Amino acid sequence: MRFSEQWLREWVNPALSSEQLGAQLTMAGLELDALELAAPAFSGVVVARILEAVQHPDADKLRVCQVDDGSGQPVQVVCGAPNARAGLMAVFARVGAELPGNLSIKQAKLRGVESFGMLCGASELGLDGYNDGLLEMPADAPVGVDFRAFLKLDDHIFELGITPNRGDCLSILGLARETAAQNNLALGGPELVVIPPASTAQISVNVSAPSACPRYCVRVIEGLNAEAVTPLWLTENLRRSGLRPIHPIVDVANYVMLELGQPLHAFDLDRLHGGLDVRMAKAEESMVGLDGKTLKLDADMLVIADASGAVAMAGVIGGQDSGVESGTTRIVLESAYFAPNAIAGRARRLGLHTDAAHRFERGTDPELPRIAIERATELLCSLYGGAPGVVNEIVSAEHMPQHTPILLRRTRIERILGFPVADDDVTGILQRLGILLEPMEEGWYATPPSHRHDLNIEVDLIEELARLHGYDQLPARLPFADLTIAQRPENRLGLNQLKERMVSLGYREVISYSFVDAPLLEKLTPDQAPLILANPISSEMAAMRTTLWAGLISTLKYNLNRQQTRARLFETGLRFVPHNSGLKQEAMFAGLIFGEIRTEQWADKSRKVDFFDLKGDIEALLAHGGLGSQVQWQRIFQHPALHPGVSARLMLGGEELGWAGLLHPSLENVLDLPGQVFVFELHQELLLRRRVPRFQPVSRFPIIRRDLALLVPDSVSSAELLNCVTEGAPAFLRETEVFDVYRGQGVPDTFASIAIRLILQDNERTLSDADVDAFITAALTRLHTQFGITLRT
Amino acid sequence: MTADTNIDFTELSLALDAAILSISDAPDLLALDAFRVQFLGKKGALTDAMKGLGKLSPEDKRTQGAILHALRQKLEQALEQRKQALESAQLAERLAREAVDITLPGRGQAMGSLHPVTLTLRRIEDLLGQLGFSVAEGPEVEDDFHNFTALNIPESHPARAMHDTFYFDASTLLRTHTSPVQIRAMEQQQPPLRIIAPGRVYRCDSDATHSPMFHQIEGLWVDESVSFAHLKGVVQVFLQRFFERDDLQVRFRPSFFPFTEPSAEMDMSWNGGWLEIGGCGMVHPNVLAHVGIDSERYQGFAFGLGLERLTMLRYGINDLRLFFDNDLRFLEQFA
Repeated sequence: MRFSEQWLREWVNPALSSEQLGAQLTMAGLELDALELAAPAFSGVVVARILEAVQHPDADKLRVCQVDDGSGQPVQVVCGAPNARAGLMAVFARVGAELPGNLSIKQAKLRGVESFGMLCGASELGLDGYNDGLLEMPADAPVGVDFRAFLKLDDHIFELGITPNRGDCLSILGLARETAAQNNLALGGPELVVIPPASTAQISVNVSAPSACPRYCVRVIEGLNAEAVTPLWLTENLRRSGLRPIHPIVDVANYVMLELGQPLHAFDLDRLHGGLDVRMAKAEESMVGLDGKTLKLDADMLVIADASGAVAMAGVIGGQDSGVESGTTRIVLESAYFAPNAIAGRARRLGLHTDAAHRFERGTDPELPRIAIERATELLCSLYGGAPGVVNEIVSAEHMPQHTPILLRRTRIERILGFPVADDDVTGILQRLGILLEPMEEGWYATPPSHRHDLNIEVDLIEELARLHGYDQLPARLPFADLTIAQRPENRLGLNQLKERMVSLGYREVISYSFVDAPLLEKLTPDQAPLILANPISSEMAAMRTTLWAGLISTLKYNLNRQQTRARLFETGLRFVPHNSGLKQEAMFAGLIFGEIRTEQWADKSRKVDFFDLKGDIEALLAHGGLGSQVQWQRIFQHPALHPGVSARLMLGGEELGWAGLLHPSLENVLDLPGQVFVFELHQELLLRRRVPRFQPVSRFPIIRRDLALLVPDSVSSAELLNCVTEGAPAFLRETEVFDVYRGQGVPDTFASIAIRLILQDNERTLSDADVDAFITAALTRLHTQFGITLRT
Repeated sequence: MTADTNIDFTELSLALDAAILSISDAPDLLALDAFRVQFLGKKGALTDAMKGLGKLSPEDKRTQGAILHALRQKLEQALEQRKQALESAQLAERLAREAVDITLPGRGQAMGSLHPVTLTLRRIEDLLGQLGFSVAEGPEVEDDFHNFTALNIPESHPARAMHDTFYFDASTLLRTHTSPVQIRAMEQQQPPLRIIAPGRVYRCDSDATHSPMFHQIEGLWVDESVSFAHLKGVVQVFLQRFFERDDLQVRFRPSFFPFTEPSAEMDMSWNGGWLEIGGCGMVHPNVLAHVGIDSERYQGFAFGLGLERLTMLRYGINDLRLFFDNDLRFLEQFA
């Protein structure tokens, strides 16, 4: 809401500076977004009359004017504005005037003709909201008077951010009411009078939708002067509220809307067909709005209709074919109370935002339509002539907002605010806000004024008490609560622990957008159709990620493009996987490594990262929960984004923990990656499990170590090999571990020499050679029969 | 007892003195050992002389034995001295040889780093955790009911337009705030409850000061008598601790959120002025009603803070967009 400070001060004039008034409004919840000058600084500009305007001898578009600036001597000025004409009251910058934009007016010669000053348009004076050409002053404007003083330009424009609950403050009246309450002053403003009808002219009205339109007032005004122009003072107030002049009648309607908060609409009586009906739109009904666009109406939209169909979308926008135009002399003026829920959202649905809808959907004062129609009548008739007819007012009492008194309890005030408010303060504050109070034992019954749609329940009133008491005066104190000790299950890890581990492993945490480029997802998870936003910021941010790899890979590329050569990245967060049973929002833990294993270093020869670097890091994570040995690394299934030979599905207790591996070489190409990228993605739910330790007795008998070098076909994995050894092994087999893998001279092709270490120890006795030999013989036999594995000799 | 059985000390001591002189110049332990063998070996001169003692009378044995013993000690002392000298020279040489340039950097994986938003979030969780707030989480793809309706924002309420919502269809959206987590928490648990709900939120808005995705943290305390004054107390002390400024002041300014009443914007004192830091208020009775909590018995407060905003203020970051570019040169500053 933009408005002129002077306009507000005509209604209520607290002894506060502009800045203080702005701060007060802010602290009242009407946040001051901007405080501007109504006009930029300029000087030497006066009201002047053009005495004569003749064609410039050498320039088609210029005129040579003689101007009376009140100095006694006509001044010659060359002017290019098309509306420069004899008799015009204009605005004149004398030689020596200083205009906005560091423009100093000097004596000049234009195409050979001397010019002593400049006739001004609005733009030269830094004023928005006027039409092009010279500013036209009224015929009775006093020649020679300083223009700033004449237009009262030494004013400020306030711009307030009005929250949706305070629709009552979208007017000078509303802001004045609030300011008066804040300062405990009486409300002034123009006298609101009733204009008696000068004729019996009226239009028949039917309200078919009374719940959407509980009050509807219309008045026919005839004999308006079609030649009249909007008075300058009115245009100025519109301008300072950010509105441009449109039509003298519309300007008055807008003025009253700004002044009182009641949107008005004027139909051209001669463009209507028969009486008016306030009804819901019919199926397939449409209307051409004032802006020339065809509006397809829905059945929940309220319209004003005549015999030809909808002529206005009630409370939103008028129709092009029924509005006032140049030459209009007879109007139907409409002033109504539309129920907020009958208007709310409709304009937005049609891509419209109008000042009327903005007010109606927040709630206008249901008691205001009659007052506003009288005010508009007064202005229209006094400014443009015209004879008012009778006011036709249709009220549906049952649909008017009900003012049930609200119970306000003393104890509740203190309980909510945390401090007591004295009875006198309660009544003083609420009465200043126009709230009627009836005392009762526990407190009061309060009836808010009709313009306050936001006061419906007890806490609404308590907020008003706090607001007028001053939010900056509220006490601050810490609450009491019963002490307790929260649950901390030992079988769960905190996500932060794992993040810390990643940091110590050299990874950097990234946070990337949850919406990514759909084609990238198509490459990473071709089997999943991602959830797509209906209204994305851009097409590259339209698809909800089905894997965190999308963001990690994009981040890698972003940094490679900035001369980075290695990266260790991780991210945690949700991925969004559409499923037959509905969308799954899965919390994941994902990582990526690329480039050298370490930053270039003097001590060690560098090398590129490989699968086992990635696996080691994952194992380090799993070790936190003591789950490392329970996780199986499987190669039975393949992930479409990963190299089939250098990737694994991780399983934990029969559930999929996640995937890890080398990005598929074909993706490396498609994504234009300059080398091998290793990624993993694990389910947090499983990853955060932790094994609660369980004590095992420590054996006091000696440990025996046996190493076996085995010739293993490539088709057999080391996990299968170790499983085969441990399967059915006696309890004294403590550990089995691969400690060397060799391929090359001495080992047949398609075989590897795998050296395993066996740690043997019994809890009860010292093992004999016979015990050990028997076990090893059995193990070798199993290896041979199952896989054809032999000892390497 | 004849004179020729007596030991010839003259020759022996001359030989010994010559040897002791040479010992002090012995170049290494090997040379030292040769001297030891010459006198003390199985066939060494001193060893031989010692063997001769057995043929002497007890008295001669004592006197000559004492002399021999003194000679032996002299020799051993010389050998030991030289040995120590040689060894310490050898050690010194080794130490010199083994010295490294300790100013070269150490080996090993460099530390990574946490995202600055995570740093802020962890601080908040730690600080508010002291008051017994526990972390609650919820879905980011939300339904219309939890994001709006249950929060007292009915359909076509003007407040919905303030949210710039990302939609999937008419009733599915990306949450515009973390408040739906409160609803889900209250649906599951009766008061008293104290939760903080951190997480990603989304608004269909993107420019230098707006990101389509950002992080909020929302606090909720519902109990029988938590008041507006308590809200201000919690927020004020929290911000004082977060910014480590005990003189930091919080100012409430009237505002409007459909889900709180009274509602306030929170400003904090900053560089001599006031800075808007978040929104808060007392949970609206309609919200409590939506989740089946008796608003006559229980009341509560809620507050919401932007994590990026807090992070920017805390670490002096000047551009919101840096958070999601994930430039390594940015990230590495938050180790």
